[in-house]
Amino acid sequence: MKNPPAPKAPKTTSSKALSAGVPAPDFALHSTPDQTVRLSEFRGMPVILAFYPADWSPVCGDQMTLYNEILPEFQAHGAELIGISVDGVWCHAAFSRNRKLHFPLLADFEPKGAIARLYNVYRGAEGVSERALFVIDAEGIIRWSFVSPIGVNPGAAGILSALERLETKKEAA
Amino acid sequence: MKRDISDNLESERLSVPIGKRDHIQGKPAAPISLLEYGDYECPHCGSAHQLVKLLREALGPDLCFVYRNFPLTSIHPHAEQAAEAAEAAGARGRFWEMHDALFENQDALEEDDLALYAADLGLDANQLVAEVESGKYRSRVHADVQSGIRSGVNGTPTFFINELRYDGPFEPEAMLAALRQAAELGAEIL
Repeated sequence: MKNPPAPKAPKTTSSKALSAGVPAPDFALHSTPDQTVRLSEFRGMPVILAFYPADWSPVCGDQMTLYNEILPEFQAHGAELIGISVDGVWCHAAFSRNRKLHFPLLADFEPKGAIARLYNVYRGAEGVSERALFVIDAEGIIRWSFVSPIGVNPGAAGILSALERLETKKEAA
Repeated sequence: MKRDISDNLESERLSVPIGKRDHIQGKPAAPISLLEYGDYECPHCGSAHQLVKLLREALGPDLCFVYRNFPLTSIHPHAEQAAEAAEAAGARGRFWEMHDALFENQDALEEDDLALYAADLGLDANQLVAEVESGKYRSRVHADVQSGIRSGVNGTPTFFINELRYDGPFEPEAMLAALRQAAELGAEIL
């Protein structure tokens, strides 16, 4: 499936990220120079999409490092974590190796920010994605989304609460 | 106070309030509490250690400082054992002295070093290190990490002022302003 062509960048930043109840748009992006990850591959399990502006922010507890540290918590809910930024695959490879990440980083590189735009989380002025989180259920529906101020790492509490609500829903069904 | 804004705000408040289990410097009833989730091998926490000293000097008895563990084990290989050593010292009533020793020696956190710091405090170093090796304090550190995740800890250090996450710069002026503002607002945030 080809990714849809990138729409024109809006002049002002919109923080109208796709919200709960909306089906998560499918996409395929490179995780390594020769591997592609497609969102719909994960149908049947919850998925956490973590859009972030860029690799290599100069703090040891950056968002991806934090999520790597608490990956077991996400896995305990049977959820898959995917990081997405506009960085290219080689940048991701170096960053991932440096931080010893155990989850894929996808390159929303060409067309630039196309997937971030699909999810309404592209910052046209800066050319990076928002710091935005989406929790998608096993049927591919967004169940929670959150856009953090670009300079603030949102942590994982919101993600974990959303995953718990998915399970409660499942039990109630 | 019910928050009707998006649920992301639930991540800003400390999930486990400051209590008897905590390591507290100053009076627990002080009008301002500053809580840090830290990692002994994290350079930013090393800097924050000095910053906290400054803040404590500036605010005196108005401030109580609380420390909880959040070792980033995947990138800081000594952070976990350092945290456990601090807890082991804490079980012997010497938490803060060990805490200081660890932050003042961030590049020396091997077991031999931990033994040295314990000995410097007049503690039985062999016993302390054996306890750390046995994993006696692992669940205590893990409990801190769990509470931190739930509270919206987003890296190290993460500070909470009167149990609300502080997102400003780790600089004296900015933090003093935030601390004083918290004192004015009073403990009655909810």
